[in-house]
Amino acid sequence: MTPLAGYLLVAALVFAIGLAGALTRRNAILVLIGIELMLNAANLNLIAFWRYSPHPEVLTGMMFAVFSIAVAAAEAAVGLGLVIALYRHAHTTDLDEINRMKG
Amino acid sequence: MNIVFWILAVITVLSGLAAVTLKNTVHCALAVTGAFAGLALLFLQLDAQFAGFAQILVYIGAVAILVVFAILLTRGSDTPAQGVFSRTWFAGLLIAAAVFTVLGWAVMNSAAALPHENAVPTVTVQQIGQALMGRYVLPLEIVALLLTAAMLGAVIVAMHEKGEPK
Repeated sequence: MTPLAGYLLVAALVFAIGLAGALTRRNAILVLIGIELMLNAANLNLIAFWRYSPHPEVLTGMMFAVFSIAVAAAEAAVGLGLVIALYRHAHTTDLDEINRMKG
Repeated sequence: MNIVFWILAVITVLSGLAAVTLKNTVHCALAVTGAFAGLALLFLQLDAQFAGFAQILVYIGAVAILVVFAILLTRGSDTPAQGVFSRTWFAGLLIAAAVFTVLGWAVMNSAAALPHENAVPTVTVQQIGQALMGRYVLPLEIVALLLTAAMLGAVIVAMHEKGEPK
């Protein structure tokens, strides 16, 4: 197995774990944690492809990962703000109980 | 493939698994911090020092703290009586397993075609700074605007509504 394949497999495993967390947990915060894990797995793919590319000095892959980290930070802030607003409105973060679109 | 990579991979995957399976939400936040740290160390192992330290600062420094604040503000650490997994957990697990099977199959089938070891790239922070100020200056400005908008949006969304008791 080449080193790149090893990193890609780890990233695939972390992505699958994050997806499983986002799809199976009841708590909205844990769903957000699963989404963060998926974003991180994508970043690992970008960095690994950048490292083993023929021209790593062009920096494209690394820049993509750095911008992706910044966007993920914005997503986490808005997502957790939404969870807090939802908790104040419905008094729960259990996604199985939040099943109405209209308050 | 050196031994350091395997140790980091095992730490990252086990922390990730703990983050999505543990019952107590605070323990989940701690485990996901461990997974973020493992991924940052994998970035450093890939000679991407800037991205690795950005990962440590942003994820361990900011996102983990945000998650802990959200857990404490919503009393999310109480374990619900009907268990921590949703009613449709089996379908979710099946979808995740199918996604991993397809991704792993694709990686293993293309393993021979993937590039092998090449020279360690010598990228200095100065080069990254020059790239950010030159070629990537427009995306940088857009990200700055996005972060400002997201910060304001998060505060407005989480603010007390009018007429509501505090």
